[in-house]
Parts: sequence; structure tokens; C-alpha cells
Amino acid sequence: MDNLFNRKYIIQGLFIVVALILIGQLFYIQVASDRYFLSANSNVLRKKYTFPARGVILDRNNRVLVQNEPVYDLMVTPNLVKPFDTLELCRIIGIDMKGFYKRFNKARNQSRYQRTVFEKQLSVQTYAALQERLSRFIGFETQNRTVRHYPDSVAGQFFGYVKEVTEKDIEDSQGYYRPGDYIGKAGIEREYNEALRGERGVENTIYNAKNVPQGSYLEGKFDTLAISGEALVSSLDIEMQKLGEQLLKNKVGSIVAIEPSTGEVLAFVSSPTYDPNLMVGRQQGNNYMDIFRSPNRPLTVRPMSGYYSPGSSFKPVDDLIALQEGVIDPNTTFNCPGVYWAGNHPVKCEHVDGPISMRRGLARSCNTYACYVFQKLMTQGKFKSKTAAYDSWEAKVRKFGIGSTLGLDMPFERKGRLFTSAEYTKRFGKYWGYTTVISLAIGQGEMSATPLQMANIMAIIANRGYYIKPHLIKGIGDKKEVKKEYLVKNSVDIDAAHFEPVIDGMQDAVNSPHGTARESAIPNILFCGKTGTVQNPHGKNHSVFIGFAPRDNPKIAIAVIVENAGFGSSYAAPIASYLTEKYLTGKLSGNRPERAEWMKKQVVLPEEPKPKVKLLPKPIDSTSKGNPAPTTATKPIQVTK
Amino acid sequence: MSTQQGSRFFFNVDWITILLYVALCAIGFINIYASIYNPETSDIFNFSSNYGKQLIYIITGLLLGFSILLLDAKFFSVFSPIVYGITMLLLMAVLVFGRNVGGNQAWISLPGGFRLQPSEMAKFGTALLVARYIGNFNPKFRDIKSIFFAALIIGFPLLLIMLQPDTGSALVFLAFMFPLYREGLSGYFLLIFLGMIVLFIADFLVPIQVLIPIILVAGGIFVYQNRRKQKRLFSIIITTIVAIAYLFMVKLAYEKVLEPHQRIRIEIMLGLKTDPRGAGYNVNQSKIAIGSGQLTGRGFLEGTQTKYGYVPEQSTDFIFSTIGEEWGFMGCTVVIGIYTFLLLRIINLAERQRSSFSRVYGYCVASIIFFHVFINIGMTIGIIPVIGIPLPFISYGGSSLWSFTVLLFIFLKLDSNRMGFI
Repeated sequence: MDNLFNRKYIIQGLFIVVALILIGQLFYIQVASDRYFLSANSNVLRKKYTFPARGVILDRNNRVLVQNEPVYDLMVTPNLVKPFDTLELCRIIGIDMKGFYKRFNKARNQSRYQRTVFEKQLSVQTYAALQERLSRFIGFETQNRTVRHYPDSVAGQFFGYVKEVTEKDIEDSQGYYRPGDYIGKAGIEREYNEALRGERGVENTIYNAKNVPQGSYLEGKFDTLAISGEALVSSLDIEMQKLGEQLLKNKVGSIVAIEPSTGEVLAFVSSPTYDPNLMVGRQQGNNYMDIFRSPNRPLTVRPMSGYYSPGSSFKPVDDLIALQEGVIDPNTTFNCPGVYWAGNHPVKCEHVDGPISMRRGLARSCNTYACYVFQKLMTQGKFKSKTAAYDSWEAKVRKFGIGSTLGLDMPFERKGRLFTSAEYTKRFGKYWGYTTVISLAIGQGEMSATPLQMANIMAIIANRGYYIKPHLIKGIGDKKEVKKEYLVKNSVDIDAAHFEPVIDGMQDAVNSPHGTARESAIPNILFCGKTGTVQNPHGKNHSVFIGFAPRDNPKIAIAVIVENAGFGSSYAAPIASYLTEKYLTGKLSGNRPERAEWMKKQVVLPEEPKPKVKLLPKPIDSTSKGNPAPTTATKPIQVTK
Repeated sequence: MSTQQGSRFFFNVDWITILLYVALCAIGFINIYASIYNPETSDIFNFSSNYGKQLIYIITGLLLGFSILLLDAKFFSVFSPIVYGITMLLLMAVLVFGRNVGGNQAWISLPGGFRLQPSEMAKFGTALLVARYIGNFNPKFRDIKSIFFAALIIGFPLLLIMLQPDTGSALVFLAFMFPLYREGLSGYFLLIFLGMIVLFIADFLVPIQVLIPIILVAGGIFVYQNRRKQKRLFSIIITTIVAIAYLFMVKLAYEKVLEPHQRIRIEIMLGLKTDPRGAGYNVNQSKIAIGSGQLTGRGFLEGTQTKYGYVPEQSTDFIFSTIGEEWGFMGCTVVIGIYTFLLLRIINLAERQRSSFSRVYGYCVASIIFFHVFINIGMTIGIIPVIGIPLPFISYGGSSLWSFTVLLFIFLKLDSNRMGFI
């Protein structure tokens, strides 16, 4: 053996090293990286999508609230396009040459080989004109899809709107959405998007290297048909909703009506409103900005995000808590000299009644009576400290839904506001007592609630002690299922017996000669309610009314707020009364149709606010995580002296 | 006597190598079938299709191989200058009468529709003469004369093939460095060769203003270390100067000598240019096909890239992409494993030869196969520029399969006769 024999090992070693290098690179491209696998699929597969019809929405009487209308997208596959009469195409779809090149280059930049949208949502007429000549425009084809149509043109804020997906939506959807898809962006369209959107159908076609189709992929194993979205049955009564919007026309405010036994929302009015059809179609962006810029923020969903102090309409709640605590009984009287002195701070009444009981105190909306009740609650002997008394009271008020969301099936419901004792201590220092926060007795001060919460309080009283979370959709899909949480009774821990005396007072408020809302009684129906005249810093008082009817076996609980309209009895109460009668009997009796017409014509708009930049809410970009801006104009303040 | 001879003959042939050979041919057939598979005409014995033809090539190749085994072992040693001479004549003839296929004048048409690729035959012709030269004269390559003779034998066909021009096939002749190295050629030649490749690549990636100072500094360090040894000092300085001159020559050669398509291939391999729809298309599609096989592959006849024609030249030079896509990383590893096993086996067989002729020839066989495998697979997975040479025993094509068969079976014959005298 010569010494050159060792060179064998060097050469064999080299062979092995090179083999390992090859295997290493193979490991990288085959196992470690899936880039090539994905490229291979995009080489071969072209997906053609068919779009499902979005689910329809019905009202509680099965009237169609939303349906779908066909529109056509003009699609282009850039590498297939052959020279053609571009001017003719431009003329048909109504664009200029500059627009043509802009669209074409955009499509080409996205992909030369895949179909992309050239022009969106062509109308049926344009489509018909185009279809005749489409054979001349090689590489172009149409794709039908549907857009929303709202035949009644009402309840814009309830529906929300559908819009093309953003890049963020596409990311968040983990592959479900593709550019050009549509997604519910606000309101019910957003909340129930997953039920409504249905399932896109897809056809996978294999293409060879020469871009010639080679039939379907794996015999259509992964192909699917488009599945229409599920139908939703809304709890709204569209006739009532329409009437409500008409009554609030040229006014700023909100109406919420609830069926107490089920928690179903019957009316969901936010004024000013807008036609939901404006949020559909090619002009969507412009219309959105117009609506956004118009006065009094039509995009704010006031029923669930407007903050209002409940004012006197809060008094029944306080009375109920007092009865349950046993600090008063229905016959307890307090003396009303027209004013209640909280220390050296007067809380005035609209009247001088002398000794006054609960029934009359509620009917007359006596501030003095309410303040005494609050005083009693706050000075019970069983509490060691003022804060303990307050904490106990606060917890009981919260049970009525103030200060937390009610779980409405709409995005961005707001909580309302109720201070904790810690917050008061922070504001006033250690030494504060019931006199400091006496405004709470009459539903003012550091307390605000949404119209939905106020209507829900009425539902609680109508139910004598419990509520079912209010909701707008009472049936999803073929089985008409409702979410489970909307079947649960939530008790407020007040004995049913305590409700009757309070309801007596509310009955008198509407039906007795000394009641604050006597003008709003409904013939032959016992309508119980409570007015509120809510002081606010931005102008005239808000007119508030909450009520329910009929007294026994109630069918409707309602809250009406008309901003800057003065007494609760002047606007809110009659509006509530008309709606209630309309809902219960289907019509208005006597001369009430004329009175309702009169109400529709009234213009009660807030004075033009001084343009303060900070008061303007941010645009409601429903994609952002934050809540829409609150209605700043309705921020409550403390009682004026 | 004859039966005794017969049993000895079969006893002595290395059946393991034949088994590996048959395995590779079978893998080749299966993947050629998949590469041109068309569901409408899927008859395996359709001899008008390329896989049908390949089946004929394999069978005739085996017959050819076994008839080589029946020849006298001395024949190859004795006639090696004549075989070499014939192949050189064919190489020259192809320049005159050759058919131009794909830009290279590499084929000679024969009556009956057959075509001959002399550059394939030149490999075993050259291998035989190199073995004969070393076997007869036992040069240790310590002197310029013997190196010169060896370089002449190898360089002549290389030059003729370059003239076709078929750079890929010409490069394969560099494989003869390994047998020369085994027989005594200084390791420095291999290092210089390696250095040339490194400098070549560096020349593209690093600006020359940076490269020259680096070489000068490196040279300076060596000079300082060897400052007492005058003889070495001299060669270090010469090497440094030559290295710098080489850099300029590469630049010059690159711009003046290489064809544009060759330049682009080199640039793409070095990552200087990406052109997935143009010149890089083959490699890119080949990488996609191989990468899409993932761990276990898409399965036989299930490769979409293969089936729908995304990889050009898939049954010939890019056959490995079919293996990669349909059999995955595991299949690729098996194929590379078979090749490695075959190469190591041939080297081991070569080392057990009593005659230098047989040993050198064995090394030549292993080196040529190694070069083909490394360059071909490296090309399909993008670590080597596109050089159109076939994957031994697997790629479609009779010329290639037969010449590799002849190359290998001559060695098997020599090995079976290792106890005899040549």
C-alpha cells in the first residue's frame, strides 16, 4: 500500500460532503420552507368565486326589511386582454380614458394572471348594455353579486351598513376575506355579519403552463357552491319604527320600545337619521361623508350610545329601592313646601303640595318627596358610614342596568354612568354626604343612562322585578333561534309587591287630573309612565318620558327623549303615547291622528352649537376598536340652583 | 472449463453495483413516465412515446452492458488509444457534419433516425486513455512532463467540446482531476482549482477595489510567516500576482468570451439577478416543483407542476424536479443516497484492483458520475448555474444512458477480472 491510498478517503469524503450539501438544500426548499409549495399552487390553481346572497332581515311581522339587488362587477384578466375599442368600453361604463388606464394598471399590478375587479357594482342597465358587446372586449367578463336594498328607507342606524373589506379585515379574517369582498361594518350588518354573509362558493380550475384550463382540481373535491346567508328575524315592528322616525323628524332624540316579557326591542329610533340605501352602491363613500358632516351627528346610534340624565324618570327606581329597604312605606308622607333644602342648597319643586305621599309624589313628579326618599336611604342606621350607605344604594341602582351595558346585540353599546363612592371621594374629598349628591335623587348629577337603559327600567317595572336583556334579533336562520342569553330572566331583587304602589303613581302621572303627563293618556288603555325634564348645560332641558302599557300584562315599555324640547310632558310623553297606542291597537283614536301629524311637523332643533373643535366626534370608523363618540351635547351636569 | 469460467465470471462481477445501476434506471423510467404522462395515452408499452423509447434504451443498454462483460478484459487496455482516437475523430466530425440542436452542434445523425452524441462517448474514451497512460508509465506527476501529457489527453476533447460549444459537457472533463490526484498529483492543484472557483464567484459579489487589498494583505501575511524560506517566498509572491491577474482575466473573459445567456445564468445562480419569467424560469419552476413535494411528495403521477408542464426539459436535464415533486424530500434523499453509495462502492472496487489501469479507470468512472450528479441536481435546486448535462442513468436519452452504461460496465468487467493480468 502506497501512501497515496489515503487519498481515497479524501475523495470519498468529498463525495459525501457534496451529497450532504445537496440534501441540505433540498431540506430547505422542501421541508423547511413552504414558499415553493405555495408558489406551486398559485402556478396551477385559479379560483373562481361565486358570491352568496347576504341573508335577508325581516321584521317581527315577517315583513322584509332588507333584500338583495343584483349588481355586476366588471372583471379583467390582464394577460388575456387583446387590443379593443377602449373608448367604447369607457362610454358604456361611464369612465374616461384616464380612468380606464388607472383601473387597468391597478388590476395588472395586482396580478396579470388572476381576475381582478375592473369596475364595481354596475347597474342592471349598464350590465345589459355591456353584455351585448362583451364579446369584443376579450379578457373582460362580468361577475354578479348582490347589494343591499332597504325598501322602507328607515332605521339606518339599526341596519348599519356593508362595505368593502379593508386590509385589516382581511388580516383579521384569517383567510376568509379577499380584496373586493364585502363585510358588515356597523349596526346589525356588523353584529350578525357571520350569520348574514353566507359562504362563498369556489371552483378550483387547473391551468397548465400555457394558461389553458385543464379541468377542475381533484374532480371538484374542494369546489363548493355559494350558500346564502341566514335570514334574521328582527324584533322591530317596522310600522312603529316608521311612525317613531316621523314623530322625531326635525327633532334630535331617541325612542326605544321593548316588549317587557321577552326583551325584544320593538322600536329603535335615533334622530336625526338617514336612509340606509345611501350607504349602498358606488356613491357610498361620498354619501357617508355627507351624512357624517351633516348637523347633529346622524351616525350616532343614540338609543344605545346617547348619554342622558334620566331626570325625574329615575324617581320610580329610587322609590322601589326605598320600599325594598323598608325605609318608607307606600303611605309615608313628606311635607313639600315647594323646595327641599339639602343643607343650604335648595332643590326646587314645580309646585307646593304640603304633605305628599308616594302615589301623588310620582304623579306630580315631586322633587321634595324624591329627595326625602333619597335622604332616608342614605341615612339608614344599619350602615356604619356614609360611603357604605352609598355603596349599597349604588349596587341596587346598578341592578336596574344603569352603569353597565345591557348586552344589546349591536356593536359599541355604551354603559351609561354612575359614580362609585371612590369617585365622589376623589372629587369632593373625604367629607361628602347625601346632601352633596342630592341631585341623584332626581336622576341628575353623576348619573346618565342610554335611552335603551331607560326603556329597560320600564320593562323591569312592567315585569314587576326582572328583565330579559334587550335584543334586536329574535330569530336566526331557519330554526329562528335566539341567542341563549336572551332567554334568561335577570332579577333586580325587589319584591313584586313593592311595584304596585309605584305603578299606582305612574298610572296617575298619565291618567289622573293632577298627573304631569295627563295630556298623553290613551283612551281605553292604562298607560303608566313618568315624565322627566332633564337639565343640561347645552341649552334647553331635554324632554324625557318613560312608560309602559297596559298596566296589567304589559305589552310595551317605552322611553322617549327629545333633546332641548323642554318639559317631558310637552314632546316626549305625547310621542310615547302615540307610539304605544299605535303598537297596541294598530291605529290612533279620536283626534289623535291630527295631533300626531302636528307633532311630526314640529321643528325642535338645538341651537347651532358654537363650533368647538373638541366637541366634534371622531369619524365613526367602525373598524377601530374604540366606541363611537358619545353625544357630547347631552352630557349631564349638576342641578342648577 | 467453460462452465467453470462461466461461474467464475458471475461470481466475480460486482452484483451490488449492477443492482444500483438497475435501480437508477428504473427510477429514471418511472419519472420519465410521470414527466410526460398524459391520461389519454398512458400505455406503458407505447414505444413511440419517450418513456417507451427509454424502456428500449434501458433494455438495449443492459444487453450492451452484458456483452461488454463477455469481452476480454485485456481488450480495453490494448485498444484504449484506438477508442480514444475514434471518439476524437467523432468530436471533430461533429463540428463539421453535426446537427445543431438547441444552439450546440453536438449531434451526428445516423441512418435510421438515430442520433449520436460523441461528447458522451469521449468520456469513456478519455477515461480509458488516461488509465492506460498511468497504468503503463506510472507517473507520479512530480514533473512537468507527465502533467503536461495528462493535460493533453484530457484537454484535447475538452477543447473540441468547447468549440461545439457545449460548456456543460466540457466542464465534466475537469472530473479527471480526481484520478490524477489519487495517482500523485499535488493536492495544491485541487486547492488552486478550488481557489479559482472561489475567486471567480468573489469577483462577481465583491468589488475589485476591495478584493485586491484583501489578496495583498493575505499575501503579505504569508510572506511574513515564511520570511526565512526563500523558495516558498517566491511562490507566494507569484501566486498573489497570478491571483490578481486572474481577477482581471475573469472580468475580461466574462465580458468578451461568455455568451449572454451564460452570463445571465451565472448571475442568476449568484443571486445577482432574479428573472423568474425569463432566463431564471427553468430554475425557478424546477425549485417550485421540487419544493412543492415537501417531505413525502405528492405521489406518483400526482405532481401538478410535472403534469401540467411547468418545468421545461423535465424528462431530460430537469428530471430531478419530477422526483422532487412526486417523491418529496424522502425520495430525493433515497436517490442521492443511491448515487453516493454507488460512488463509494466504485472507489472501493477501484482500490482492490491489482493493476493501476483498472484502478485509475474506476476513479475516472466515479469522478465523471459524481460531476454529473452534483452539477445536475445542484442546477435543479438552484445552487449551480444552469449547465445542461444529464443525470446519469435517470435522464431521458439513449446516448447518455448507453455511454454511462458502457462507462460503468467496462469497469465492472475490469473488476471481475481483477485477479488476472492486463
